[in-house]
Amino acid sequence: MSEQSGRAKRARGLSRRRFLKGAASGVAALAIPVQAADAMTWEAFFQRHFREMNDAEKSDVVARLEKEYAEKYGVSFNISTHEALPGVKFGYGLDLSRCIGCRRCVYACVGENNQSRDPQIHWISVLRFRKGDKWVNDLENSEKYYNPETVPEPGYFYMPVQCQQCENPPCVKACPTQATWKDEDDGIVVIDYNWCIGCRYCMAACPYGARHFNWTRPGIPKEELNPNTHYLGNRPRYVGVVEKCTFCIQRTRNDPGRYPACVEICPVGARKFGNLLDPNSEIRYCIEKKRVFRLKEDLNTQPKFFYFFAT
Amino acid sequence: MKRLLLVLLTLLLPVSAFGLEKEVAPIDAAGRSDKEASLPEYFVPPPPFSEGIYPCSQCHEGMPVNPKRRVLKDFHTDIELKNHAEDQRWCLDCHNANNRDVLRLVSGKVIRFEESYYLCGQCHGTIFRDWKAGVHGKRTGEWNGKKVYRLCVHCHNPHQPRFKPLEPKPPPVKPSHIK
Repeated sequence: MSEQSGRAKRARGLSRRRFLKGAASGVAALAIPVQAADAMTWEAFFQRHFREMNDAEKSDVVARLEKEYAEKYGVSFNISTHEALPGVKFGYGLDLSRCIGCRRCVYACVGENNQSRDPQIHWISVLRFRKGDKWVNDLENSEKYYNPETVPEPGYFYMPVQCQQCENPPCVKACPTQATWKDEDDGIVVIDYNWCIGCRYCMAACPYGARHFNWTRPGIPKEELNPNTHYLGNRPRYVGVVEKCTFCIQRTRNDPGRYPACVEICPVGARKFGNLLDPNSEIRYCIEKKRVFRLKEDLNTQPKFFYFFAT
Repeated sequence: MKRLLLVLLTLLLPVSAFGLEKEVAPIDAAGRSDKEASLPEYFVPPPPFSEGIYPCSQCHEGMPVNPKRRVLKDFHTDIELKNHAEDQRWCLDCHNANNRDVLRLVSGKVIRFEESYYLCGQCHGTIFRDWKAGVHGKRTGEWNGKKVYRLCVHCHNPHQPRFKPLEPKPPPVKPSHIK
């Protein structure tokens, strides 16, 4: 009863004058982009979805972003929008009998892909398991913070986990804005950081913990920035967007294209990468000749990331 | 009886044919048979020699060859054979006695240090097969272009081949420690 009367009082208390005042400030708030003047803000605001843009629109967007990044970071960036190569579908292999858990891949990835140093974002997590323990479906009980003098430690083995580039990606289904999608040609799951609204549904949907959120503006020392970027890959991210491994799209989506940074750094050669459609590729050799499995296969995510055991 | 002979003959024929073929396999200028010459070329960085040790002939030239197993006291004292069937082999099983600047295979054929993968591949055949396919060992370069291989000895000390433990990079920051 009293609550009702209170509400009525408040409603009556909203005078015409106060309403007009409020409405005016609301309009003023909306008009801030106009005051900030620049066309850049408007262009960013009305940018179309990446997959709906034609080449001219893409190059306009790239030019705008390169200018924006140059102002923001004081470094001249090159942002590519290369499309998938014809006849290519990427696959990745990781030899669990070789990995020694040294985490060199983690930091090579951070450097190549402009991940935030502070707060820290790692696209690769190296999990440690005790030999003989239940493991492959029990990732939550693995150890991620091991820190011995040297690796490998006797009695343990290691499994790095990153985006598995699923053929049937649950993250893509969860995205309410289609800011993330799987390229139907080379199969890389990508994110448009200008389209992501930061709802983090994809993070909840990913069974591999592969997606990471920018809680603040990424902190990267200027001299460590990698200026060779792809629009859908390692270009600097904004606060409030999700990011993840893209198989180094800025390196691999080229002809000739370099191996991903994690493949190149691995001191034991445990990481293999190639074209699943090429019968002579390393990845096809692994799949055909080695004992291969995919992580959490029972979820029907159909990863293109193959763990294997070499002899 | 006649039938049995016939069966035996048909069984033996391909074997003898194979033997013949092996004898007449042509050899190219570099001393490589057709089969070897058709192998893909492996781009490898130069072998990781210790500073100033190569060419071996700078010391071994004219030095008498002593094939006896012994403890080396004057030179190469740092070389210790370990975890690599050291009881079954000695220097001159792999190093060529008459010209120390090359290696030798069991067959007696000599190979350059840059091709030492043939030497290791004599015993480690399955690993050699994986290495050729680019699956064993580290490879860099282009996934659809020029690939840079590593020699076995870039990662495995040939005298002590077990991979040396490494210091791990720092663990990730725990979520509870992120400010």
